Amino acid sequence: MRDRYYLLRNHEVADIDKLDVYEAHGGYEALRQALKTFEPEALVAMVKASGLRGRGGAGFPTGVKWGFLPKDGRSRYLVVNSDEAEPGTFKDRELIEKNPHQLIEGMIISSYAISAHEAYIYCRGEFLHGYEQLVRAVDEAYASGYLGDNILGSGFHLHLRVYRGAGAYICGEESALLESLEGRRGNPRLKPPFPAVAGLYGMPTIVNNVETIVNLPPLVTEGPEWYKSMGTEKSPGLKIMSVSGKVNRPGNYEIPLGTPLRSLIEDYAGGMLPGRTIKCVIPGGSSVPLLTAEQLDTPLDYESVMQAGSMLGSGGCIVLDDETCIVKASARLAKFYREESCGKCTPCREGTYWMTDVLDRIEAGLGQESDLAMLLDIADNINGKCFCPLGDASLGFMVSAVKHFRDEFEAHVREHTCPVGAKVYDTVNN
Amino acid sequence: MKPQWQEWAKELKTEFPKANSALLPLLHRIQNAEGWLSAETLHDAAMLLGLSDQYVESVASFYTLYYQEPVGKRVIHVCMGLSCMLAGSDELMHRLEIKLGIKEGQTTADKAFTLLEAECLAACDIAPCAEVNLRFHGPIPLDKVDGLLSEEVPS
Repeated sequence: MRDRYYLLRNHEVADIDKLDVYEAHGGYEALRQALKTFEPEALVAMVKASGLRGRGGAGFPTGVKWGFLPKDGRSRYLVVNSDEAEPGTFKDRELIEKNPHQLIEGMIISSYAISAHEAYIYCRGEFLHGYEQLVRAVDEAYASGYLGDNILGSGFHLHLRVYRGAGAYICGEESALLESLEGRRGNPRLKPPFPAVAGLYGMPTIVNNVETIVNLPPLVTEGPEWYKSMGTEKSPGLKIMSVSGKVNRPGNYEIPLGTPLRSLIEDYAGGMLPGRTIKCVIPGGSSVPLLTAEQLDTPLDYESVMQAGSMLGSGGCIVLDDETCIVKASARLAKFYREESCGKCTPCREGTYWMTDVLDRIEAGLGQESDLAMLLDIADNINGKCFCPLGDASLGFMVSAVKHFRDEFEAHVREHTCPVGAKVYDTVNN
Repeated sequence: MKPQWQEWAKELKTEFPKANSALLPLLHRIQNAEGWLSAETLHDAAMLLGLSDQYVESVASFYTLYYQEPVGKRVIHVCMGLSCMLAGSDELMHRLEIKLGIKEGQTTADKAFTLLEAECLAACDIAPCAEVNLRFHGPIPLDKVDGLLSEEVPS
């Protein structure tokens, strides 16, 4: 367990969402330091040197992404993605509700580094409290001279606005987010060009996740060597893991990357509920393949989780127990992707629809012998054939579930019943 | 069209480099005041921002939080995500349906409640959870769903 927090600072400091409390605990000192002692390029180099990787799911090195901005004199935008909606992930919600000033401070530092003078936070529509917290914190930051013209006498100016989404998971995909921010349907754009070249209003734009940006203030004050002293060589630093499911203490935990999955579940999240054992774990949000109970010693860093056959993704860790029906879990996630598919491309729109349909009938005990092959065939017709990552994301759990728990799927079809829930299904709508 | 809608539109248009970006905030603001967005309201929003009716309809219908039918005073979103499912969200929804005498997607006859399914609300630490007028509640004990219904909401 941690004795000091760098991201989830609200765990040790009460009311750190208030500006005076944040300032009393060193808030906006990193900004002063950055503006006074760093040239913008030096900040980008520092972020590169730290090895910080994007925490939204893809894990792309942040400093490298910043380096993609063309040096052509066009104005640039920083957009922070707070459209958190990946099932199992709830870290950004806590950060914006409980520690909004650290995000704003990180955004000012990042904007200074990439020479952006306009920045947006795209906040998920369902996060009404988080949105209000952000708006209040931004107002406080303006009133105290952290935002606006000539910030802290440095000559640097930045305008920051909070933009509220209106209910669409796909807007967490960066190009769909930009479409939404431009007042359109959240349909993803064709890439390339990537946002760094042509993003918001066609201008060079960096889209970063909330947690990524919240790393900036401690990075400035503690330095890249400190960051690299935690985690592994390729996955340095700290990560917030959101743990939910059948554990004693669901919640957000700040861990050094490379912490074993077993330790996250047992030491941080208090272990399994009484009498329950682990069936499998989704380590990085609903879009990634499951890890089995035999893989609990997997270190939670990008490379190790990938080697184990899954992905660290957004860090949304859902723990499924021995009483969970794997078919029902698969059906529930498939339905999520069906609902959230933007409908623009056929493999995703139709594929997630049929996948949900087939999984539902297997779960209801009405499956046919051919259904498993059909499921995998549908998956094959989605995989790698969609316009954006949502289609592929719908497959991770289902395909791995069929691979590791094939018996359970087959038993549903053969016995017309759920072997785990011991529930006999005699009608479709019982 | 209400007189203040014009002020809102004018104000929002100056906030963004391009007027289209004012559409989502304007729809949020109008819905907040009116409760929902009728076809006529969408037409007015289109006029105010110089957009076509079809464009505004297409955007409004994309996002689940824009209500294109009247809703109750309290809109309940029950999270049906996997983590909430593991904590009993299906039973929670079932009990709310019985208690309110409506099915998911419907509004009570007295227009007091609308009951909706939500995809993962990103609050798995308080599963099973729900939002009442977008305010989080959870974990909701399955034997105390009444608490959710008696929640005070500002009128």
